[in-house]
Amino acid sequence: MSRPFRHLLDIESLTRGEILTILGLAQKMWEVSERSVKKVPTLRGKTIVGLFLEASTRTRSSFELAGKRLSADVINISGSGSSTSKGETLLDTVKNLDAMSPDVIVLRHSSSGAPHFIASRVRCAVVNAGDGTHEHPTQALLDCATMMKHKGSLEGKTVAIVGDVAHSRVARSNIHALTKLGANVRVAGPRTLMPVDIGAMGATVFERVEPAITDADVVMVLRLQSERQEAGLIPNTREYSRYFGVNSRNIELAKPDAIVMHPGPINRGVELEPELADGSRSVILEQVTYGVAVRMAVLYLVAGGTLDEG
Amino acid sequence: MTSLLVLQQVRAVDPARQLDAVVDIVIERGRIIRIGRGAASELSPSEHVKFVRGPLTVFPGFIDLHTHLREPGHEYKEDIASGLKAAAHGGFVAVCSMPNTKPVNDRRSITDAIVARAKEVGGTRLHPIGAVTVGSEGHKLADIGDMRLAGAVAISDDGRCVTSSSVMRHALEYARTFDMPVIQHAEDHALTEGAQMNEGAVSTRIGLRGWPRVAEDIIVARDVLLAEATGARYHVAHVSTHGAVRILREAKSRGIRVTAEVTPHHLLLTDESVIGYNTACKVNPPLRLAEDVAALREALADGTIDCIATDHAPHSGLEKDCEFSAAAPGMLGLELCVPLLYGFVLDGTLRIERFVDALSQAPAGIVSLERPTLAEGARADITVIDPEARWHIDPSKFRSKSKNTPFAGREVRGRVTMTIVGGNVAFEFGS
Repeated sequence: MSRPFRHLLDIESLTRGEILTILGLAQKMWEVSERSVKKVPTLRGKTIVGLFLEASTRTRSSFELAGKRLSADVINISGSGSSTSKGETLLDTVKNLDAMSPDVIVLRHSSSGAPHFIASRVRCAVVNAGDGTHEHPTQALLDCATMMKHKGSLEGKTVAIVGDVAHSRVARSNIHALTKLGANVRVAGPRTLMPVDIGAMGATVFERVEPAITDADVVMVLRLQSERQEAGLIPNTREYSRYFGVNSRNIELAKPDAIVMHPGPINRGVELEPELADGSRSVILEQVTYGVAVRMAVLYLVAGGTLDEG
Repeated sequence: MTSLLVLQQVRAVDPARQLDAVVDIVIERGRIIRIGRGAASELSPSEHVKFVRGPLTVFPGFIDLHTHLREPGHEYKEDIASGLKAAAHGGFVAVCSMPNTKPVNDRRSITDAIVARAKEVGGTRLHPIGAVTVGSEGHKLADIGDMRLAGAVAISDDGRCVTSSSVMRHALEYARTFDMPVIQHAEDHALTEGAQMNEGAVSTRIGLRGWPRVAEDIIVARDVLLAEATGARYHVAHVSTHGAVRILREAKSRGIRVTAEVTPHHLLLTDESVIGYNTACKVNPPLRLAEDVAALREALADGTIDCIATDHAPHSGLEKDCEFSAAAPGMLGLELCVPLLYGFVLDGTLRIERFVDALSQAPAGIVSLERPTLAEGARADITVIDPEARWHIDPSKFRSKSKNTPFAGREVRGRVTMTIVGGNVAFEFGS
C-alpha cells in the first residue's frame, strides 16, 4: 500500500509503518552524506522555501543542506527579515510564497498548529520544522534514527525524556514516535514543567529523575530555557541542575550501554553535565548528522515520492 | 396597516403563569388584549387583522443578557443594526450589550449614543451594560450612576476580570446604590496568561497553553464572599466549570444574591472540538471537559444557573482565518441559541418551563426588566417557534455581519418563526 506523502505536519498522524519507511529512506540518504561527493540529482528543478519565523540555526541549516544535497533550489527566509515583521499576516506571507510555485515550504513558527493552518491553504507541500509547543516531527524522526542505530528495534526499549516537557515540542513528537515504535516512554521533571495529563499521551510520568532513568536504554535530556526561571517555574538553574539535571552520577542508574541524547542547543552544566555531553555515552552529534539524512528523506517524499506502508 | 395580530390555535407556554395550553392570542396596540381558548373565534383575517396559524409554540419573549454588538468601534464585525436584526432572527425581543466597544462604554455619552442608535434601528430592544471601571482597566470606577440614568441595566468589564478584590468590593457597594448587578467575567488572569484553550489532556497533546478551570473557580469563590459581605447583586457571566457550579449552589443555599448564566456552546461542546486548531472553537472562557458540560446542564436544569446567555461574539476572517494563537476568542450566538438548545427540551435535558424561564423571565429579573409574560394586558413581547422544523444551520442565512460558528451544517430541531417586540413583528420567517 502506498499513498502520496503530501505534507509532514506531525508525528501523531503517521502510522508505525510510515515512520519506519521514512527511517529506512533516511538510512539511504545517510549513505549519500558519507560520500565524497555529497549530492544526488533527485530533486533537481524543485524549489524549497524555508520560512523560519522563529529563531533556528541547527534546524534551518540542516534543512538547507538536506535540500542542497538532493539538488533542490533552497531559499531561507527568517523572522526579522520577513514581511511578517512588517505586519503582514502569516497567511498572506505564505500565499505570496505559494504564488511563486515552490514545491515545499518548510515552516518554523511559534504558534502551535501554524503548519496545519497553512497546509490547508497552499498548493505546495508543507513540512513542519517546529510549531510552538506542539510538535517537531523531523527531530523525533532523527532521534529515532539515532536510537535505532545504537539499539536496533525500539520495541520494548525504555526511553527516559528528562526536563522541561511542558514547553517541549521535541518531547511531544518523540512520545508519539516512540510509543508507535513500541518503546516504553518515561517523562521526568518538576511538576511546574510537566504538562497536565501528559500520561494520556502514553508516557509514564515521574517527578524525580533517578527512578525515571533507572534501567533506561536511552536518556534524552531537554533544554531548559532561562525564561522558565524568570517565569517562576523553577527557583534557579543551580537548583534545577542539582535535582533535575543529568550527570555522570545519576546516569549510572541507567543500563550500562545507555546512550545520552539532547536536541540542542545544550545549556552546559544546567540540564546536562558537560563531561557527559562529550563522553562516550553521548550521541548528540550523531543526532545532528542524522538530522540531515532524515530531512533529505522527508523532502524527497513530500516533493513527489510515495510512502509505502510497511 | 394591520391593527390586530392574532396567533391562532398555538401552544402557549408561560412558566410564570403555569400556562401550557393551546390558545388564541390577540394583540393590539402593543399589548396582549385577549388570550385563551377560542379568544379569536369572532375574528377573521382582513386587511386590518393578521392571522398567524400553524403547529406553533409561543413563549414570553426571549432576552439575551450577553452580546457583543461591536458598535462603536468594530463595525466591520457587527453593528447595532445588524446585531439587533440577528437578535430578532434568533427570537430575542431584547438584548444587553457588553461595554467592550471602542471606546469602552464607561460614560454617559457613549451609553446615550448606543441607546439612540438602537431606537433608530428599532425591532429588538437594546439595553446597554456599562463598564465597571474606566476603560475596563480594572482601576477606577466608571460613571456608573450616569450610565444607569442613560439606560444601562448592569455593569461589567466583560472580556476582562475585575481582578482587584478592593475594586470589586467597591463596585459591588457602589452598584448596590443604583440597584444594578455587577456581572463578572471570572478569570484570574495571573493563571491564564497566554492561555489558548482549556488546560487538560487536549491542550497538552496539541501544544496550546492551557486555561485552568481553577482560574474561574477562584474568582467566583472570592466574589461570592464579597457579594455576601456587601449585600450587592452579583452575576457570573458564562459559567464554564463544575467547580464554579458547586460554589454557586452553595452560595444560593445560603441566600447570597448571586445569579449566573451559561452559553449554548459551553452546554454543547468540549475542548475536543478545538482539535485541528479550529479557531471557531476558540472562546473565553474556553470549552471545557465532558464533566463540566454535564455539571452545567444539571445546574441549568435545577436553576443553580439561572439563565442562558449567548455571549454572541462576532469576528471577521481577520480574527479567525489565522493561526490559532493569533485568533480572537468568541463565537456567534444570537441566531444559533434557540435551535441549538431546543433539542434539550426534546431529549428531556430541560423541562420546557425551565427552558423558557432561562431565556425569558430569569434574565429579565437579573437586570430588572419588565418580565415578559403571556397574559392579558401584558406587553406583547413574544417568541414564536415551529417546534417540528428540522433544518441545518446555514451561516449564509445569518443577519449578523459575521459567520464565526463551529455549528455550520449541524442538523437542529425547532425554528424561530416570529419575534414580536411590543406588538410589532421584528422578524417573521419567510417574509
